[in-house]
Amino acid sequence: MQPLERYEPLVDDFEALRAACERPLPSVVRVNTLKATVERATRALSEEGIDYEPTDWHDGLLKLPDAQPGSNWPYFHGWLHGQEEVSAVPATVLDPEPGDRVWDACAAPGSKTTQLGALMDDTGLLVASDNNLGRISALRSNAERLGLTNLAITHEDARNHSLKPFESELYDRTLVDVPCSCEGTIRKNPDALEDWTREHVDAIAGVQKGVLRRALQTTREGGTVVYSTCTFAPEENEAVLDYALAEEPCELVDYDLPLEHAPGVTEWDGQSFDESVRKAKRIYPHHNDTGGFFCAKLEVTA
Amino acid sequence: MTGNDGHRFDRLPATADERDVEGRPTRAEVLDWWHERFGIDPAVFDDHTFWERGAGKIWAFHGDLPSPVSSEGLGMSALRARQEHWKPSLEAAQRFGDHATANVLHLDDEQAERFVAGQDQDLPEWDGDWGYLIVTHDCAGEPAVLGVGLYLYDELRSQVPKGRQRSL
Repeated sequence: MQPLERYEPLVDDFEALRAACERPLPSVVRVNTLKATVERATRALSEEGIDYEPTDWHDGLLKLPDAQPGSNWPYFHGWLHGQEEVSAVPATVLDPEPGDRVWDACAAPGSKTTQLGALMDDTGLLVASDNNLGRISALRSNAERLGLTNLAITHEDARNHSLKPFESELYDRTLVDVPCSCEGTIRKNPDALEDWTREHVDAIAGVQKGVLRRALQTTREGGTVVYSTCTFAPEENEAVLDYALAEEPCELVDYDLPLEHAPGVTEWDGQSFDESVRKAKRIYPHHNDTGGFFCAKLEVTA
Repeated sequence: MTGNDGHRFDRLPATADERDVEGRPTRAEVLDWWHERFGIDPAVFDDHTFWERGAGKIWAFHGDLPSPVSSEGLGMSALRARQEHWKPSLEAAQRFGDHATANVLHLDDEQAERFVAGQDQDLPEWDGDWGYLIVTHDCAGEPAVLGVGLYLYDELRSQVPKGRQRSL
């Protein structure tokens, strides 16, 4: 828990945050609307005697208080996918439409990729990249189980993403859900903070900047880029946005999020960031009884 | 004729006249096979292109790209060709099998449980074709495709890959 102390000045109720981090998270599944309606998927759960509770902000997200997500009929059919509640946020913010060209820059194991594919109704083009072959194999099997066919998977470092296989055309929307120090996943993975070091945060922030920059370069003018992490460190969040605002033609955009959250921070550790990073949203575990998350929406301006 | 390159996706030729890789199935043959074996209307695949990576593994991709494509995945793996009896993948059966009107075997709950656990079972009551079948059961009020079975000598052999098998 030690690294969390550094965020005490940022958080409205630090004791509530600390208490929330000690509670385990319920299992949550997302209904895969490519293969089933929410009604059919919930009817299948009921037939098996599995209790579910809808979340109040997203029709297709169901909490399973007493069950593991992976051992029931609707899961076997690819109607359900286990996905933490806040991890469903960035795809809804990117909000791709059928027919769009979309890039998921750090895609494996594919919870958000498959959510994007469903929002696109399996049309258009969805390019999913990852730099780890083992994780790509998990991505591929998740995508196939959920029935996606509009997906091209590339093995590469997102910082050097090549548009060449895809007719060198820019994307309409890009999701930059970067590798991070994962502080916000402490409820799911109690060891998440064990290897935490400031050096790791700084090193991974360098990667995050490179990926976000490449995403802004490969997205068309007027297109949308969503940047997200599951961590609290401003070095990996607002500082990365501040860098991108200075280096690439883009701006932060407001968006609605029907979950309790706090705005992005403009001051941290002696640094100050562009005022517009307040448009990013910080979701703390005690806000909605979820994991922690950070999500920003950007528009490419040239 | 050139050889097959296992590291990239090549779009299937439309017809045999356009074939330039020996033994590569054509789009027309793939559509005919879905239609003849399972009664799936070729129009179901109007928006999909078919690609080969590795000898005989055919992928279905929604949309089109300039061929060849170097990538780790393109759409879903849909069938295994270049063998006497072509075999649909479980994923393609689940995705497109709702359109099937032939060689569809419907199981009751107990049989379905055995099937997804990867077990073979005696099923002498099936009087249709031998070979690969699309296997369904009832889930939430309607038939739902489970996957692919191989029917031989009064026995249904589950073809559910190990990683997808479940005890339900």
